Amino acid sequence: MKKIIDFIVKQNNRINKDVFLLELFSKEFTDLEPGQFVNVKVDNSKNAFLRRPISVHDVNKEKHLLYLLIKIVGEGTAKLSELQEDDLLNIILPLGNSFTIHKDGKCLLVGGGVGIAPLYHLSKALYINGLKPDILIGMRSKEDLILAEKFSKYANLYYTTEDGSYGEKGYPTNHSILKNKYDHIQCCGPLPMMKAIANYAYKNKIDCEVSLENMMACGIGACLCCVNDTKEGHKCVCTDGPIFNINTLKWQN
Amino acid sequence: MAKLITNLNGLKLKNPILTASGTFGYGLEFEDFIDLNSLGGFIVKGTTLNHREGNPYPRMAETASGMLNAVGLQNKGVDYFIKNIYPKIKNFSTNILVNVSGSTIEDYVLTAEKINELDNIPGIELNISCPNVKEGGMTFGTNSKSASEVISAVRKVYKKHLMVKLTPNVTSIKDIAKAAEGAGADSVSLINTLLGMSVDAKIRKPELSTITGGLSGPCIKPIALRMVWEVAHAINIPTVGLGGIMNATDAIEFLLVGASAIQIGTANFIDPTVTTKVIKGINKYLNENNFSDVSEIIGLI
Repeated sequence: MKKIIDFIVKQNNRINKDVFLLELFSKEFTDLEPGQFVNVKVDNSKNAFLRRPISVHDVNKEKHLLYLLIKIVGEGTAKLSELQEDDLLNIILPLGNSFTIHKDGKCLLVGGGVGIAPLYHLSKALYINGLKPDILIGMRSKEDLILAEKFSKYANLYYTTEDGSYGEKGYPTNHSILKNKYDHIQCCGPLPMMKAIANYAYKNKIDCEVSLENMMACGIGACLCCVNDTKEGHKCVCTDGPIFNINTLKWQN
Repeated sequence: MAKLITNLNGLKLKNPILTASGTFGYGLEFEDFIDLNSLGGFIVKGTTLNHREGNPYPRMAETASGMLNAVGLQNKGVDYFIKNIYPKIKNFSTNILVNVSGSTIEDYVLTAEKINELDNIPGIELNISCPNVKEGGMTFGTNSKSASEVISAVRKVYKKHLMVKLTPNVTSIKDIAKAAEGAGADSVSLINTLLGMSVDAKIRKPELSTITGGLSGPCIKPIALRMVWEVAHAINIPTVGLGGIMNATDAIEFLLVGASAIQIGTANFIDPTVTTKVIKGINKYLNENNFSDVSEIIGLI
């Protein structure tokens, strides 16, 4: 059942110049699945009229804590970055479907930029199933490197940077780790990166899920704004997604 | 407790709060948040004779105090509605109206005829004002003659409450409202969205796949209020007001300028419980200002 909850901001930590991590508390909050998202109300902003859909970075069920990793990309996220301890944040949740939590096989998670956010929650879930995944992270340069220590508990980390300042030079699709044989790929990041990874998965016949982030107004399947063109016609990213198996999409070249 | 019951030319509402088509899905999307039975009614998503995929993505752009949409009446057609959606919603004890749209007069007539057979749908909202379709939609609602033609044709086959939704994208909305009244409408609702446009300067492209779209949200409220005021004083059938209502005060403003009922649209996206807050807020306002019946404030301006 979907709820609207006023969370209390416990911490707002700046991770680098444009990424911040919110720790939010509410007794009403219990759990969210990896890949699901929440819709966050932005107060006191003239131009951020609609809620901001944000993927779930982490959850602490026992302590009723929700973690959101957010990149400042516009006025709405800039306002959220100004939140302070004890501020209230109005959130609708749980929204959307979730990543498949595989029970066997070799798993590769691919993240680009702040697209690594939901992969933390996912890697923890896979780790609990005894499948420590490989995570391949694409960045522009070393300056974008975040949360490596935290991720390394639950996953083996590999990197590419466009300028070659960290990991292998190039894009995730060029990384030598892709020579390994994987059974499942799960991916979240910029659209061109996800399409390139999907293309790799199509070619090598690997099961692959991607997390889409189309612009949406409501997040609950009412406005029909966030549709993605699939083999079964327009599907709402907010209710049929955000996680799509690439075999349902029309991405194959 | 003030009396909120509203009689919309024979259509009895337990309060004057409806939801606007296209912002409330089929009602079911909001069941987790509110008791649908507490509403005066809800108007389901625009329904056409045949399945429509709608316009390509991107079909939404955020604007200052509002949003543009170009969904383009995505729906699975009236037969799908009757078979798959109607059974799930027909037992709510509120008024469920179906928003009916089409590309030709025949489309409108055939769709309305089918909806006429549904016992628990007491009315339709005839959409002659959608700005996001290439054929039909708004083109019917932008002149009195074509508006009259489609409304008269539907009136012949549709026996229950016929609400006609008007577009603000005209020189004189009063004239279209009068034409609707003359053609047999039971009420008019206004305003549908204003035709607008949004540009991304960074990539030097329009933000919508269709280039233009319909503007909604609080940014259009002053225009909506003016038009409702003009229309309500020009016709003898009830006017239903909508356009940027975000809270009870906004709703009361529409009632004061002559709306007999109001619709809440875009605000549902930001606060799915806004409708119940507006109902409570109107009641509070009436009590605080010593009105015993909502009808006492309708058209005070």
